[in-house]
Amino acid sequence: MMEHAITHPAPAPTLRTRVRRNALQIGIFVVLLLLWGVFIVAAPRTFLAPEIYASFMATVPFFGIVALPLTMVVIAGDIDLSFPSIMAVGVVAFVLVFDSTANVWLAFAACIGSGFAVGIINGLIVVRLGIPPLIATIGTQFFWRGVILIVTNGRSEVLVEPKNSPLGQMLVGKIGDYVPMQMVWYILIGIAIWALLNRHRFGAHTYLTGDNVNSARLMGVNVDRTRILLFALVGAAAAFAGLVASLHVTNFFTTLGEGYLLTTLASIFLGGTSAFGGVGSILGTFIATFIIGSINAGIVAIGLTGFWTQLIYGLIITVSVTMHTVVRRRVG
Amino acid sequence: MSHFLELRGIKKSFGEVQSLRGVTMTVDRGEVIGLLGDNGAGKSTLIKIITGYYQPDEGEILFNGQRVEHLTVPRARQLGVETVYQERALADQQSLWRNIFIGRELTTRFGLMDIQRMRAETQRLMQDHMGFTSTAVTPDSPVQTFSGGEKQGVAIVRALYFQAELIILDEPTMGLALSETGKLLEFVEQVRSAGKSVIFIDHNIFHVYEVADRIVLLDRGRVAGEFRTSDLTLNDLLDKMRRVAKTGSLD
Repeated sequence: MMEHAITHPAPAPTLRTRVRRNALQIGIFVVLLLLWGVFIVAAPRTFLAPEIYASFMATVPFFGIVALPLTMVVIAGDIDLSFPSIMAVGVVAFVLVFDSTANVWLAFAACIGSGFAVGIINGLIVVRLGIPPLIATIGTQFFWRGVILIVTNGRSEVLVEPKNSPLGQMLVGKIGDYVPMQMVWYILIGIAIWALLNRHRFGAHTYLTGDNVNSARLMGVNVDRTRILLFALVGAAAAFAGLVASLHVTNFFTTLGEGYLLTTLASIFLGGTSAFGGVGSILGTFIATFIIGSINAGIVAIGLTGFWTQLIYGLIITVSVTMHTVVRRRVG
Repeated sequence: MSHFLELRGIKKSFGEVQSLRGVTMTVDRGEVIGLLGDNGAGKSTLIKIITGYYQPDEGEILFNGQRVEHLTVPRARQLGVETVYQERALADQQSLWRNIFIGRELTTRFGLMDIQRMRAETQRLMQDHMGFTSTAVTPDSPVQTFSGGEKQGVAIVRALYFQAELIILDEPTMGLALSETGKLLEFVEQVRSAGKSVIFIDHNIFHVYEVADRIVLLDRGRVAGEFRTSDLTLNDLLDKMRRVAKTGSLD
């Protein structure tokens, strides 16, 4: 059945269909260039200096690393709002294990493992108990934040020793005194998640689940396992991102992650992922994180107050979700 | 020789509702079975048990005389059961090739999807079986742009590609144009002459009578009667169906 040679090679898509199919990614890239142009013209001293780009590369991965797997969750038709708390859970697990064993590698494993486990719990609540993911993960977000406050007694933690360890240098060191290591990890994770979504069966099942969960089930896709694993993936990525963000500032704050909810979601929707599931792009999210990440700096550099940031994030989420719905209605 | 498929005393309830109350039936190779029954007779539940989507509360399922415990969708497909669902079971926003290979994506040695092969196979199926001649449709086209008949073509070709032993057609003529219906009945004939089995479910008794070797009449979760189409005329069949609908039994 599958042994015979390829006798009917499918024609390569023409340039036009390629453009049409990737319209969203091309669109988002154009938006990035336009915005960049505006910032350079309006604030040349800031945006023509290399420091600002070093700063973007250092800070965008903090939420971008979560935005990538969360894009897959959204493609599967789910959502996870608890990741800010999972970022902190991971670092607390890291600190607890490091304090008792003084081994950064064990602590690192505990960090990722705890994030994964919390993600599995999210997945089980959503999938096995059938609670809408929006509600379930708002609940778990508060729950885990509460656990962190109780465990740490609300105190922050200094991370000088882990930061100076080989692990710390691997995660947040600098290459050539300019490129932060977290940017390298962000790119590597981006490639891995892209391959998982577009080149692995797991990714195919993610698309099918979000597109039509009923069809996917009828055709034997293990929808439940796919969804639960996606929540676990976000959990592990959130813990990793939390550790990177904390090591970068050499400090763990119990509020870790709280500022990232809006930026992460804005990146995903701006990147062309449908809020209804079934459609989405890792590259789109990747590019969008840099748009979102530069808006704050851009606004301040242009001379507006930081108060504008919130308004613009909100506008971006609303407009991009609306645009997607309108486009979808016209096609469908 | 044992039957290709045998069901023994299949029962299935959903909460208070008893959907199937002990269904026993067989399907032989090269046989076309027409499954008839009113709404709520349990036709859909029965086929979803055969396809492994639901697990029965009681009863046995045998393939080639071998009892199969805990039949799942992947297991049923492995055993050669393919279904063309009434709702087509397609993912509309996904490309044609992704729909053909739903749940059974081809992979390379490295565990990654063999996209090139899946696109090529889809191209071959399109040319040889689906009758897509327009160059506007490629393996990468999303199926939401297809007509009802084309979508059904996709669902049927998908069933054929994986070398089905038993094809279940659930309300296949619904929403089809006349010429498309004719093609579908021809297709059922072809499947039979290839020695494969078909379970044909349709509201249109005339279609079922035309192609079926045997008719299984389902009523309120039970088999109310079984007939060879060669033994009775269409009018007899209509009579019997009326009687069953009224009284719940043939006598």
